[in-house]
Amino acid sequence: MTDLAQSPTQSLENGPPGPALRAWHWARGHLFNGPVNTILTLVIVYAFFRVVVPIVRWALIDATWSADSDRACQAAGGACWAFLGSWGRFIIFGRFPYGEQWRPALVLVLFVVMLAVSARPGMRGRTLIAIWLGGIVAVAALMWGGFLGMAYVETELWNGLPLTLILALGGVGFAFPIGVLAALGRRSKLPAIRWLSVAYIELIRGVPLITLLFMASLMVPLFLPTGISIAKLWRAEIGFALFFGAYLAEAVRGGLQAIARGQYEAADALGLGYWQKTCLIILPQALTISIPSIVNLFIGAFKDTTLITIVGIFDVLQDANTGLNDPAWRHAYVEAYATIGMIFFAFCYFMSRYSQYLERRLRRSGTGPRRQ
Amino acid sequence: MVATDPSRVQVAPAARVALWRDMRVRGIAAQILTVGAVAGLVAYFGHNAIVNLEQRGIATGFSFLKREAAFEISSTLIDYSPASSYGRALVVGILNTLLVSSLGIVLTTIFGTLLGIARLSTNWLVQRVTGWYIEVMRNTPLLLQLIVWWDLLRVSAPLPREAFNPLPGVFISNRGLNISVPAWNEAYLWMLVAAVLGIAVTMLLGRQMHRRQELTGKRFPIFWAGLGLILGPPLVVFLCAGAPVELDTPVLQGFNFVGGENVTPEFAALLFGLVAYTSAFVAEIVRSGILSVSKGQTEAASALGLRPSWTLRLVVLPQAVRVIVPPMTSEYLSLTKNSSLAVYIGFPDFVSIANTEANQTGQVVEVIAILMAVYLTISLTISVLMNFYNRYVALVER
Amino acid sequence: MASIPSAAPQGAEQKMIEFRAVHKWYGDFHVLKDINLVVRRGERVVVCGPSGSGKSTMIRCINRLEEHQKGQILVDGIELTPDAKHVEAIRREVGMVFQQFNLFPHLTVLENLTLAPVWVRKMPKKEAEELAMQLLERVKIPEQAKKYPGQLSGGQQQRVAIARSLCMRPQVMLFDEPTSALDPEMIKEVLDVMVELANEGMTMICVTHEMGFARTVADSMIFMDGGQIVETAPPKEFFANPKSERTKLFLSQILSH
Repeated sequence: MTDLAQSPTQSLENGPPGPALRAWHWARGHLFNGPVNTILTLVIVYAFFRVVVPIVRWALIDATWSADSDRACQAAGGACWAFLGSWGRFIIFGRFPYGEQWRPALVLVLFVVMLAVSARPGMRGRTLIAIWLGGIVAVAALMWGGFLGMAYVETELWNGLPLTLILALGGVGFAFPIGVLAALGRRSKLPAIRWLSVAYIELIRGVPLITLLFMASLMVPLFLPTGISIAKLWRAEIGFALFFGAYLAEAVRGGLQAIARGQYEAADALGLGYWQKTCLIILPQALTISIPSIVNLFIGAFKDTTLITIVGIFDVLQDANTGLNDPAWRHAYVEAYATIGMIFFAFCYFMSRYSQYLERRLRRSGTGPRRQ
Repeated sequence: MVATDPSRVQVAPAARVALWRDMRVRGIAAQILTVGAVAGLVAYFGHNAIVNLEQRGIATGFSFLKREAAFEISSTLIDYSPASSYGRALVVGILNTLLVSSLGIVLTTIFGTLLGIARLSTNWLVQRVTGWYIEVMRNTPLLLQLIVWWDLLRVSAPLPREAFNPLPGVFISNRGLNISVPAWNEAYLWMLVAAVLGIAVTMLLGRQMHRRQELTGKRFPIFWAGLGLILGPPLVVFLCAGAPVELDTPVLQGFNFVGGENVTPEFAALLFGLVAYTSAFVAEIVRSGILSVSKGQTEAASALGLRPSWTLRLVVLPQAVRVIVPPMTSEYLSLTKNSSLAVYIGFPDFVSIANTEANQTGQVVEVIAILMAVYLTISLTISVLMNFYNRYVALVER
Repeated sequence: MASIPSAAPQGAEQKMIEFRAVHKWYGDFHVLKDINLVVRRGERVVVCGPSGSGKSTMIRCINRLEEHQKGQILVDGIELTPDAKHVEAIRREVGMVFQQFNLFPHLTVLENLTLAPVWVRKMPKKEAEELAMQLLERVKIPEQAKKYPGQLSGGQQQRVAIARSLCMRPQVMLFDEPTSALDPEMIKEVLDVMVELANEGMTMICVTHEMGFARTVADSMIFMDGGQIVETAPPKEFFANPKSERTKLFLSQILSH
């Protein structure tokens, strides 16, 4: 398509054109090639001035950066970023004890560092597992506290962004063994195991996440012996793990299917047993192939954590709503949601770029037994 | 480990295989153990559930479906009042879910395809703008988007008194969208019949003329003929019936509109949100579908003297469809499932009504069983329909 | 090579592999029809025949990559039955080299070699690595130990695959068209390794169309067609004076170019 667009620029000049001329040629080729495109360009430019310019004015020029309530902002007619001054910290950390909020902050930093380290290509599986196990222990210690002078904080008060990350990473983390087992089960030669796996995968994939979250929050207490109860957070985590497990199983199955039969045969011929063959030969290759799908799944999981606000857990959305219920800031909802949107966008955009990069790398290197 | 002299090994020693070492027995044992473990877990949970339900004095079984629901539902497609049964309330919810999903699927297909094509436009601005739209939509949570749409419609939209009136008979306010609809007249039914007949005749004619074109090379302006055939007869019926144009126009009464058709802000927000979100995914599918049709095909087509717009319509899109259909199916499925987010913005879809019933009756297990059964049925139906379509496309294009 | 103690008595006449009236079906398709075959210790057998004649299936039955449905197969006196112990024991005694090499692409050459000794034979890692280096020496690519299979040429990969099988110290080696996926200039390096192995007295069953190789090393030739063993003969006789018409036709086809 691009060469179609560039063709008019090539034909014209002999000498090196000046920058103005070059810009004109570029515009001729990319903006005004044909009547339809010319009209579209003009429409977009018009829309830009009607929509984007007012938004920028609202967001930056007329914005109020510090005030006590949204009435001051309304007078200025612009965005009310002052809201974030009063409630921003609450949106991120929720009801975590104010004086102790350095702990969830540190957890956030820890998560970002762990993600960044894991994203480095060529990381060894064993190192990664060590890093994440250590990380999980550190996160749990920081969040719960109860030692070294850190006050004990119950899970009910783990709110906001750290909670979102715990839910997403924990959900996918717990989903991992479930998904891998279900994927292996779906390809098993034993019919009963195969049918159980198919039933689990298809049942879960057929229903919305929210039904699973309802199920986890309403039904899990019923299923447990009387007198035993699990915190809301872990119930939600069970729902997430069951949900993502089914999708992960399909991602892993894709990887399993990409592995040549010869790999299984070579392992058999060497005398490896089923689990040795699976863990040493098949899974390492299958998981490598399915990493991009797993990253995409994780992006979905990250976005889907917002649903727990429906079962009454304080994630960033719920925190923002708490702020918006403050009579002083009733009108700042656009600002609140825009902020949350930007946080999610930053995370997801980066991760999706990363997954695209991985996919390209994988395609370039090729996997499975190579022939010369 | 076996007979010392191999020549003496003559009887099939299968009988001597120790049971726990026989691979077939091992396979069966593994299955029995797994199924047993799952069954045991289910039995344990079931037992706990029964004990817990008894303690709380909650009934079991599906008889609650016949009891009076005693809650309001804001928008219904069939007759419903709080005096109706729980069962009927669920049907109302299912119909609402089906309505929003089917409308969503149609609009998403159209909008998403356009976006996907625009993403490949030769116009740099169009490419960039659609690119950013897609990125923003795909990388922010749907729930957040729905809330924004809902707030825009509810809070930022004007009061009914100052409703935005872009077209005569169309009012946009914080009560949603109120539009004029023609008052019911029997003639409309006959117009519909005439239109259906017109479509049937057009399809037959199209096939005939296609054959004729293949035989004689003569082109028949099937588009214009079809347009005439589909629009003409209903128009004649309309005129014969004395052109009934009575409109049921919304009128402001007190704080709200009366008459006309009302689309609640919840419904509008849900539909907008689902379409805007899913279209971004559909656009990417369409884009990669088009790109997957090799460039050679496009060049061959232009070498044959096809105009670019024809190339897209006659050569590229039909081939791309084959690549597009399978991932499109999963987008349709996820749109349908995502419509359950309605529960947050208060549109009475199936999940939200089921949730209300679970809370009122406490019969969580039954309600969730119904929920799963219905969603599985819907998902399966969509999959089956799309598989049929896929097979049809694959066959035609071969 | 007889370092692994076997239950069966040692001796030149000892039967290493024996097929007794073996049949196999894929659904309705009768792939192996009444196969009777004895391979003695140290014997080198080359199996040839048109594609689809069942020759690969036959040797894949020996280490139960395929399951036979009727008859008996004995390897070193152990009968192949659904008994997991027997299958494990036989797979430890039988090495196999595939047409597509089937090296593990996520492991280095050295790891490919040490995997089975460490996990199946429970050999200490250090010992396994020493053994692996010895064998790489023998197939003449010790310098590639740290590389990944994808970085090697086809011929090198196949030599690594042979070394990988030898690492398990097998009594028998099966070769399933080991040179068919190779470029012509690499065939020789693989065949050289195989000839050397044959000269050391390894029991070998080799499915191949390399007739030059067959002439030099084979003790007996087997010609298969339509799931049956059509002809068995020493190579001299086999090439000079084939008995069956089908063998003649096949030989004329593959020797003509």
